[in-house]
Amino acid sequence: MHRYIPNTDADKKRMLDTIGVNSVEDLFHDIPKELRLERPLKVEGPLSEMEMTKHMKELTSKNKGVDELVSFLGAGAYDHYIPSIVKHLAMRSEFYTAYTPYQPEISQGTLQVIFEYQTMMSNLTGMDVSNASMYDGGTACVEAAMMAVEATRRASIVVSKTVNPEVRKILKTYMKFREVEVIEVDMADGVTDLDKLKAVVDKTTAGVIIQSPNFFGIIEDVVEVEKLVHENKANLIMSVDPISLGLLKSPGELGADIVVGEAQALGNALNFGGPHLGFIATKSKLVRKMPGRIVGQSEDVEGKRAFVLTLQAREQHIRRFKATSNICSNQALNALMASIYLITMGKKGLKEVALQSTQKAHYAFNQLTQNGKIKPLFNKPFFKEFAVTSGVEASHINNELLKNNIIGGYQLDQAYPELNNGLLFCVTEKRTKAEIDQLVGLLEVIS
Amino acid sequence: MSNLLFSTDHEWVKVEGNVAYIGITDYAQKQLGEIVYVELPEVDDAFEKGDSFGVIESVKAASDAYIPVTGKIVEINEELVDSPQLVNEDAFGNWIVKVEMSDLSELEELMNSQQYEAYCEE
Amino acid sequence: MRKYDHLIFEISKEGRKAYSLPINDVDMGKVEDLIPEAFLAEKEVDLPEVSEIDVVRHFTNLSNKNYGVDTGFYPLGSCTMKYNPKINEDMAALDGFTSLHPLQPEETVQGALEVMYKLDEMLADIAGMERVSLQPAAGSHGELAGLMIIKSYHESRGDLKRKKIIVPDSAHGTNPATAAVAGFEIIEIKSDKNGAVDLDALKAVLNDEIAGLMLTNPSTLGLFETNIKVIADLVHEAGGLLYYDGANMNAIMGLSRPGDMGFDVIHFNLHKTFSTPHGGGGPGSGPVGVRADLVPFLPVPVIEKKDDKYILDYDRPQTIGKIKNFYGNFGVMLRAYTYILTMGPEGLKEASETAVLNANYMMKRLKEYYYLPIDQTCKHEFVLGGLGKDSEVTTLDIAKRLLDYGYHPPTIYFPLIVNQAIMVEPTETESLETLDSFIDTMIKIAGEAKEDPNLLKNAPYNTLARRIDEVKAAKDLILKWS
Repeated sequence: MHRYIPNTDADKKRMLDTIGVNSVEDLFHDIPKELRLERPLKVEGPLSEMEMTKHMKELTSKNKGVDELVSFLGAGAYDHYIPSIVKHLAMRSEFYTAYTPYQPEISQGTLQVIFEYQTMMSNLTGMDVSNASMYDGGTACVEAAMMAVEATRRASIVVSKTVNPEVRKILKTYMKFREVEVIEVDMADGVTDLDKLKAVVDKTTAGVIIQSPNFFGIIEDVVEVEKLVHENKANLIMSVDPISLGLLKSPGELGADIVVGEAQALGNALNFGGPHLGFIATKSKLVRKMPGRIVGQSEDVEGKRAFVLTLQAREQHIRRFKATSNICSNQALNALMASIYLITMGKKGLKEVALQSTQKAHYAFNQLTQNGKIKPLFNKPFFKEFAVTSGVEASHINNELLKNNIIGGYQLDQAYPELNNGLLFCVTEKRTKAEIDQLVGLLEVIS
Repeated sequence: MSNLLFSTDHEWVKVEGNVAYIGITDYAQKQLGEIVYVELPEVDDAFEKGDSFGVIESVKAASDAYIPVTGKIVEINEELVDSPQLVNEDAFGNWIVKVEMSDLSELEELMNSQQYEAYCEE
Repeated sequence: MRKYDHLIFEISKEGRKAYSLPINDVDMGKVEDLIPEAFLAEKEVDLPEVSEIDVVRHFTNLSNKNYGVDTGFYPLGSCTMKYNPKINEDMAALDGFTSLHPLQPEETVQGALEVMYKLDEMLADIAGMERVSLQPAAGSHGELAGLMIIKSYHESRGDLKRKKIIVPDSAHGTNPATAAVAGFEIIEIKSDKNGAVDLDALKAVLNDEIAGLMLTNPSTLGLFETNIKVIADLVHEAGGLLYYDGANMNAIMGLSRPGDMGFDVIHFNLHKTFSTPHGGGGPGSGPVGVRADLVPFLPVPVIEKKDDKYILDYDRPQTIGKIKNFYGNFGVMLRAYTYILTMGPEGLKEASETAVLNANYMMKRLKEYYYLPIDQTCKHEFVLGGLGKDSEVTTLDIAKRLLDYGYHPPTIYFPLIVNQAIMVEPTETESLETLDSFIDTMIKIAGEAKEDPNLLKNAPYNTLARRIDEVKAAKDLILKWS
């Protein structure tokens, strides 16, 4: 008998008697003999808790993460500080062992958390509404593209090559199956090439996707882009780093119609790439095109404020093949962590994180490029990431850094073959002057 | 109701020359329950007979409205944007779109009120 | 206990703070000198200002307004709300896993890749598939990957006409929604009177335009498709593939395998069958498994073992492409991996057997009091049709009354083919005593329905919030605090 299965043999006997069969085997008479598995499954175990822990510690000993190494790696997943209370509160099992709040009377906790999350994400992005979360930044971007397609009844999406390459890959996978055209626009000096953008945006364009700060950490100037997009009655989709919004103008102020991004940086651990969370926010006019779960404020029969899932008629369980998306489970617990993070940091703390990241990234940039061996790839204003190049292969530099317990930058030639020897460094508020100086010192020698 | 024509998708049509007013029937609004939103097309949008021209949404369902005649939208009932419940209150008194028809012969395929009543009882 | 009804914004006070950051040790001067002013926000973002204890009390109080598996019985059909073992949480929280950046050099993440490789192998054996991709973030995401694989498979053979997917009318809503997202046309077929696939209806729609059939087995009625072999043969003879929706896998672990039944593609729900928590709506994980000749189409990257080292393989020309950032919900995989190892082969089989036993026991005891549309041995769940045609009390009323007695209600109004459906899934992690008290409560409610229907129509009474006006929510659309 297993510890997670409480019924004893005597219990089972009683239940079988009530049902009126002799054995559990009799309950499987409907599975044809030739379909029965007559051997044990090829899985290991059972392990006791002690054995399990030992096994997992053996596995973690084969890993070395940012708790042991000093990381200058970003490129879509970020090592920002996570306040201690985030895990204490998110790990309250009333939150994490609950299902989607379909029974609002006993789910006001989850529902209010989502409502507060929606409020903060709307305020952060300068949008009217946010949903309860998406799987990640990549699929959030896909859903935004589909919103634009549905809203305009056009079937062409324009995306800048300065958008995270992984996000563009995901976009291309989905759009290929939806038979929506994806046009990539080249870059000039690390930002979207406006002339090339003008050449492709027209009355058949459903949406234009711009990331800012873009994949190279550079803040894109979207003033002209916004005019161009809206002159053609298309939608401006902006992908943003939520941490940067502690400092930078919100996409709402810049005229975006849909805002998406990856919100892992808000209180979620790196977790080897997941679970993270995507976010999507938009203007009121597009709320019914927005996929996923949305919480609204209402009242109970006694007139007390209460929250409930709303606009469900758009969703898969009601609208089936006409739903706005097939999304069902999203990343609610990660959205809870993002909420706790935003509340803990508050308006001053978020700004401070953004400011310190900016300052430290610029310090690292200045120090690294001082002696001329390491050169900036672009000459544009950036936030917490910057791209450089040198006469030495990027992989060689990273290997040498790793020997000194430093995780180096993202090797840009993986996604941009033309950026030979390019490295994208990320510096968050977690890095100290001493760590940056060590990086600079090592690179003096390596490059 | 006697001057109206009906589709099997529960839309009604009131004809004035080559223009048709289109709404959903009382039977349809009852099936949907309390309506919270009506998604309208834009003026000048063109539809083929049988195309979905909008969505009527209640809390528990979202139902496409299908156009019973081919044509171009010449006017939409803006009142429904803020007051979708008007469809519940008087389904036959609140048209949703006004369409300039391109093929009047399509009207012959629609039902009259007696035929529609019989159809609903099936 | 005191009632708590504040939004965090309502307790915010200028000047309070809950964060701690070190002093900035590099002085780069004013931010305007680093970033042009035109890019900078003029105002601070409107976020709350509270102290640390405010945050702690706020979320603790909110958690008290929730109901989780740890609170009580959660017989939510189709969702497999089994106990979420605590050791799983501990293992997923190990620094050696949580602190890994997904783009780190492969040699620094060998332990993580090993977990994924082994989980892939174990899931493949459980389902009778060749390989499994762990990338999908949820069940419906797994369905999408699976349908993309099916589409790519047909296209790779030059079979370009296959643009239709067959879905039974008893299917989960995600099935047709996913097929549409994958670019398919959907053909819905009616189920027979026992909720099974109607073979004649199936035959009537099979032709050379069919890409595949999506099926749940046991079906959404909790019944095993005894004709599954015939169905598989029919679909395969017509050139289509068979897709397995793994939502109901908790009935068959170690007993029968979708691969042996003739399924070609499958998704798992680690957050159902493999005990990872639902998180109030995610994160889930929906790995997709395939038969041997479909392996080339799996999303990239695939984890391979090469000279005793694990690598992320992106060089796969026939892949459907990338469908998610990085490699999937790794933290959820760790929990499922822990679960499988703590259960072992016998434990997994016992879990399924007990889940089926519990469901049959409940069905047997409840069918005297509630309408049971299909009376035959069920698998891990069963579907009641409310109190029957003559009762004025609806399934919603019964569900709401259950809240008063401290239970999470079963799934209601699904599957769509059963009028007033109440779908009960006890899982294997509940004791006989728990099942009996729930059954007794259901029986009591059936009595109340006869004696005082209004009592049920106005339920619940004892919950923190009472029935909530959903029409008002949808009409007023207050979606943020202001």
